[in-house]
Amino acid sequence: MVAVRRSTVIDAPISAVWDVLRDFNGHESWHPAVRRSDLEDGRRTDQIGAVRNFSLESGDRIRERLLSLSDKDKRLRYCIVDADVPLQNYVAEIALKPVTDGNRTFWSWTSTFGTPKGRENELAKLVAEGVYEAGFDAVRQRVERVGRPAAPAIRNGASLPGTAMVIDRHGGPEELHARPVDALPPGPGQVRLRQTAIGVNFIDVYCRSGYFDLLNPPGAPGMEAAGVVESIGPDVRHLKPGQRVGYACPPVGAYASVRTMDAHLVFPLPDFLDDRQAAAILLKGISAEFLLHRVHPVREGETVLVYAPAGGVGQLLCRWANRLGATVIGATSSEDKARIARAAGAHHVILPGRDSLEKQVRDLTQGRGADVIYDAVGRDTFDHSVAALANCGHLVSFGQASGDIGPRDIGALASRSVTLSRPNYGHYTDTPQKLSAITGRLFDALRNGILRVEIGRTLPLSAAATAHRALEDRETTGATILIPDDLYEKG
Amino acid sequence: MTEVYASSVIGAPADQVWAAIRNFNGLPSWHPAIAESRIEGGAPADQVGCVRAFRLKDGGFIREKLLALSDYDFACTYSILESPMGVENYIATLKLSPITDGGRTFAEWSAEFDCAPERADELTDLIGNNVFQGGFDALKGRFGG
Repeated sequence: MVAVRRSTVIDAPISAVWDVLRDFNGHESWHPAVRRSDLEDGRRTDQIGAVRNFSLESGDRIRERLLSLSDKDKRLRYCIVDADVPLQNYVAEIALKPVTDGNRTFWSWTSTFGTPKGRENELAKLVAEGVYEAGFDAVRQRVERVGRPAAPAIRNGASLPGTAMVIDRHGGPEELHARPVDALPPGPGQVRLRQTAIGVNFIDVYCRSGYFDLLNPPGAPGMEAAGVVESIGPDVRHLKPGQRVGYACPPVGAYASVRTMDAHLVFPLPDFLDDRQAAAILLKGISAEFLLHRVHPVREGETVLVYAPAGGVGQLLCRWANRLGATVIGATSSEDKARIARAAGAHHVILPGRDSLEKQVRDLTQGRGADVIYDAVGRDTFDHSVAALANCGHLVSFGQASGDIGPRDIGALASRSVTLSRPNYGHYTDTPQKLSAITGRLFDALRNGILRVEIGRTLPLSAAATAHRALEDRETTGATILIPDDLYEKG
Repeated sequence: MTEVYASSVIGAPADQVWAAIRNFNGLPSWHPAIAESRIEGGAPADQVGCVRAFRLKDGGFIREKLLALSDYDFACTYSILESPMGVENYIATLKLSPITDGGRTFAEWSAEFDCAPERADELTDLIGNNVFQGGFDALKGRFGG
């Protein structure tokens, strides 16, 4: 007996997925393996005992009987009555569950069956991939909210057409391609934007490749953009049409010329900061603000160690911590990067050498160690960071560029009475109040020249793949931004 | 009878998430609302029938009895023996299912209980958002999601 179990999450409400799946005679309209489906004996599609007769694209025929159907549990079972494919005693179940966190749908498709001896693996693979996983993809194409290509959508006159750079599956930069999108009219609490500049961040690469689970294809990556309010929905009071605004937060989807989103995530931009500068600085600047002012409020006289001090966030941390009166030590890998870190405000830069990182930090601090360490490297640096801290020091672990940190013995933290923080961007930016406190201080720091915006590359939105390749090849210095093509052509 | 249901997607395989949550005495290690926990009578934490006594960070004290534990289904069912919430006949289940597409976990947490009718909405919100979703958010923070 072979058991096959496949499951996925569809980014659509359960009712939309169930509408497709409960039609026992509907496979011919969505499943790529089914050419034609007919119900026998004039029965109804939701009549228990009904038999469907499939003609498959392969030329095979299969007859299947509906065993049970529950609109309450969103579940149905069926069995094969007879088939050209040798699946014996085949009973399958399709079950949906709501994902209340995000209004999505968990869908499991399972079965048990017998096969001729020696053909177990071949037939299990056929069922799992050719039937279930192919079915997942087909239904996803049909019902998911973003980038529905097939649906001759509800194009009411009020929707705003534009272009997005979307992926249909996780993968390399080549998966990014342009697709027309319609930004729906804003509902209650929503705003619709015409975007003018979009920031590119390394997290976008993780979303595209699937390393981070923030983007379920099809959909567009992108965490930050600037633009103009095109219209607002009911109950939106802090924004008005025509206003210049920006945002830097999940959900992803910023790689687009138009976008409808929750208004509470969107804030007005000050006049001194233009759209391109905003797109280049918001996500990194907000990160630097809460790391230096909220996760660990840096005080005058403290010693701050920053890894990757020549990177986007790293330079901001060096510059800002320096202005707060801290002694800033950067830890980097090359003399070129050390120069950038010093220019950004690092008082000392340590490079890999004969002495360990912790020894070098202690040598620079009369043996005390660092009061706070901002570590986004992760696996390779975590233990060195603990060893480089002063007693009662604070390790702020905010990324894992070198890989997952993995399990650690917290008993070891007693060696320095370590405080460990693992901040999550979303928790510091999820209300308008928190956001406005952070952006208020960020904008002040930009206005006063404490922080500067450095734009490295400006590309048309359609060249998002080029931007990703440059980031992944570590070719960039300064921020990369994308401009919707019509605006880019106008200069 | 009032019912509460919450579900989420955690960005790690189900066996890894299960390893983090299966310890009936382990709530303080992953749930942000729990300060400390112990198992009464020195029983093993995976002995069905054992009772955990734990304290919330807001000071509340709760005792819960393990009714079922399944390493096969990645599921745990328990009842409340004593709590400040004002619920009767409270039985909850936390269950994980693998999402084979992408190696993630579908997590469900549900409860049913009796309470004074005028308190049903308040308790549904407290349990569904603070307890269940609060736990999911912590797991997502740890594993991704």
